[in-house]
Amino acid sequence: MSGRARPEPMQVVKQRRDATLEALVGRVPFIRTLGVVFERRGDELTAILPFNERLIGNPLLPALHGGATAGFLEVAALIELTWTQLWSDVESGRVSPEELADARALRMPKTVDFTVDYLRSGLPRDAYARARVNRSGRRYASVHVEGWQDNRGRLFAQATGHFVMPDPPGTDD
Amino acid sequence: MSESQIAAVRDFITDLPYSRALRLELGGVGPGWAELSMPYHADLVGDPATGVMHGGAVSALMDTTCGAAVMAHPDAGPGTATLDLRIDYMRGAVPGQAVRARATCVRVTRSIAFVQASAYDEGADPIATATGAFTVMAGGGA
Repeated sequence: MSGRARPEPMQVVKQRRDATLEALVGRVPFIRTLGVVFERRGDELTAILPFNERLIGNPLLPALHGGATAGFLEVAALIELTWTQLWSDVESGRVSPEELADARALRMPKTVDFTVDYLRSGLPRDAYARARVNRSGRRYASVHVEGWQDNRGRLFAQATGHFVMPDPPGTDD
Repeated sequence: MSESQIAAVRDFITDLPYSRALRLELGGVGPGWAELSMPYHADLVGDPATGVMHGGAVSALMDTTCGAAVMAHPDAGPGTATLDLRIDYMRGAVPGQAVRARATCVRVTRSIAFVQASAYDEGADPIATATGAFTVMAGGGA
């Protein structure tokens, strides 16, 4: 019996995953504009929208702009979907983080529709979101995302979106 | 529609920090409708391979335009909040072109405004449509 390959050193695994996430997020200008950052635990991602005065939509309350909330949740959904899609290729070494940083290397899924349910007004403080890919087929995907602020159990917004997956490499139109 | 109501809607748009961040401009406003535009800018790009704007930027334009239409409705008060907003993205906006959205209140009750909106770049086909439910403040109208 030829024993299993030795597991890679933890730092190598960690560095590869972090670099992949950084490449995915760093290539999208709108994510920077909005100020969204991601935290990773294993394959679980949490999107964070650090509070900034620019995000205010109701100066009297004050409250986050509904458009900022929608954008935040859509960013969280799209990154989760792309991350989930890439995970096995990155883990197996078929795709390297360096390749992903190249703008043309990665085709993003396209949003077909996105529905946001505003449950409470967004407070002027940091917001968090986690997305779940409920279905991911060859052509279409459905993603749900939950947003919260102080209490994980008290969502301030949630959303569902449908996406068209990019054509696999080598099927250029 | 009174001058003060038009002025209130104009202020609503220009005062919002997030509208300013996206450089939204008021194109026109009337009883129960509003038109806004968002210029193309590199910092709104969602897909660096194509240069197409991120859906999240279009969402913000749609949300703001719908909110402005509610505020401009004669039966609604001076403020509103989004309860629910669905956006259908029909195609990517052509890079370099501004996107303009027009929203209309389909029906306004004492508590809810039902709003629809469409967004276009310079082409004839819409890039996106939106359907939303917005809160109505008490004390609006005559």
